[in-house]
Amino acid sequence: MRTILPFGPQHPVLPEPIHLKLVVEEEKVVEVLPNLGYVHRGLEKMTDIRDYNQMVNIVERVCGICSCIHSLNYCEAVEELMGLEVPSRAHFLRVMWGEIHRVHSHLLWLGLFADGFGFESLFMQFWRIRERAMDLMEATAGNRVVISTNIVGGCRRDITPDQKTWILSETDKIEKEVRALEKTILDDYTVKKRCCGKGVLTKEQAHQLGAVGPMLRGSGWAQDVRQTGYAAYGQLDFEPVVEYDGDSYARCKVRFREVYAACDLVRQALAKMPDGEIAVKVTGKPEGEVWRRVEQPRGELYYYIKGNGSKNLERVRIRTPTFANIPPLLAILPGCELADVPVIVLSIDPCISCTER
Amino acid sequence: MFEMTKNVLQNLMGKTSTRLYPFTKREPFAGFRGTLDINVEECIFCGTCAKKCPSQCIEVDVKGRTWTCDSFACVYCSVCVEACPTQCMTMYNVTKPAAGEKDLISYKGKPKEPKKPKVAKEENPAG
Amino acid sequence: MFANEQAVTADALISECRKRFDAGLRLVGVSAVEIKADDAFDVLYHFDKDLELSHMRLTVPREAPVPSVSGVYFQALLYENEIKDQFGVNFQNILIDFGCTLYLEPEVVKSPFCTFTFARKDKGKEA
Repeated sequence: MRTILPFGPQHPVLPEPIHLKLVVEEEKVVEVLPNLGYVHRGLEKMTDIRDYNQMVNIVERVCGICSCIHSLNYCEAVEELMGLEVPSRAHFLRVMWGEIHRVHSHLLWLGLFADGFGFESLFMQFWRIRERAMDLMEATAGNRVVISTNIVGGCRRDITPDQKTWILSETDKIEKEVRALEKTILDDYTVKKRCCGKGVLTKEQAHQLGAVGPMLRGSGWAQDVRQTGYAAYGQLDFEPVVEYDGDSYARCKVRFREVYAACDLVRQALAKMPDGEIAVKVTGKPEGEVWRRVEQPRGELYYYIKGNGSKNLERVRIRTPTFANIPPLLAILPGCELADVPVIVLSIDPCISCTER
Repeated sequence: MFEMTKNVLQNLMGKTSTRLYPFTKREPFAGFRGTLDINVEECIFCGTCAKKCPSQCIEVDVKGRTWTCDSFACVYCSVCVEACPTQCMTMYNVTKPAAGEKDLISYKGKPKEPKKPKVAKEENPAG
Repeated sequence: MFANEQAVTADALISECRKRFDAGLRLVGVSAVEIKADDAFDVLYHFDKDLELSHMRLTVPREAPVPSVSGVYFQALLYENEIKDQFGVNFQNILIDFGCTLYLEPEVVKSPFCTFTFARKDKGKEA
């Protein structure tokens, strides 16, 4: 006997409203139908009334958790369209703020994941560590989450040598405190019982269905868009973090180890940062087409921007990683039990305000 | 199994990690973008801040010499502060306090003719 | 025009996608833009293998039917539904067809990104 249960849009375990219709047959999920559009704000259409400089602030607010990387991609795309050469120091500053954003986003997700199966004290500990990253951003950039430091042509703010030593010491403290919590989340019997073997995405399925980010890397593909070398990543060395099991536990491990990789990248970027200007003067108007992608904490983000020679861009098309991760979610949910649905939905790291900009 | 015990004991014995806000407040960081204000004596009413604002919350009336800002639509990005040619705007690092109803900040600047020595300046307090 | 781009017609679309699926390319996304001068749409398909990009461009006039590739690439159904909502491109045989209700409400008759009213129940006309 089949019943149709609505999961969301409001659910205690979800950080963002996603609406799924689950067809359930005696505690096992048989089919899933998604229903998007709850927080659709129509941000792509705002390019008609705001010019390409004001669009930086709008594009930042597509997602709250990964906002700096949206503006990084947009600025790089418009700079490529207009043929601007950004100074090297600005590239390194953008990478530094982008990696601090990645640390804060993964710590937020780890806290919510622990909260998803009731481990509230670990949730609070992860968010307490995250406050250090928030203080870093507030002191260097002016705001905790939506930092507005990237502009077309470079960066708006610079860091002083005192701030540089402080950032290095805080990054060390963040890494030390996260390492102290590693055994608690990764070696725990209860956590393993709820995550291992749930929501398995095989290697073939991940590639054919178009999974991105930690979902792809948790299933055995060592692909990370940062390897293509945009911004200053060509001059920093890092390896993508890969796991091979494809279940929720593997995805959790991927994100956990990416926190260490991000801290290491911050240290490398600060060590190699050259002196010089942080912005270049912008002349002319954007014309032509460009396609650019970056690696967000949740996966691969691409922008397709078309300009027609006036101050307003003709088309800004944003494809966020959660939009690409929803078809794999529709493939891994059938067959699991009803009590596992929140953990599996959380393991794809849903950011619905990104999906339905 | 007892991985978090050390952490738990530290939290029990040490002091609380939360502050008793609003009785104790943290020192704001320098460079934090909190409240927008203008020194209207130096404003030349060019309208650059209104053109560059991403949320279009500033209105500049050149003829009537008034500058109005909807401080509840402002996103505190400080693009106006950097674009102003006379640098007459400042962004203080204290957060704007919560208010019960929305209001606008409105300033009237000096009139253009130098014959009238009287300076008309009205100021609505912003909550 | 991008490097690695191939132009394709509506008839050859599904066989070209099947070729790429068998070669192991991943569908990264589908984008659409309106070309006002020719009254046509440009639908772009983006593919990736081992971080190497390639694109396919399909130019269709308004209201011309476009076959859906969701039989070959399952994730295309979400992109095609979204483009149908936003632009009114006439996709046929999408695996799960939301019928223009993915983002839009049922009473909306004008697609947000185009400069014309697409034909839902009445004839399309210039807005």
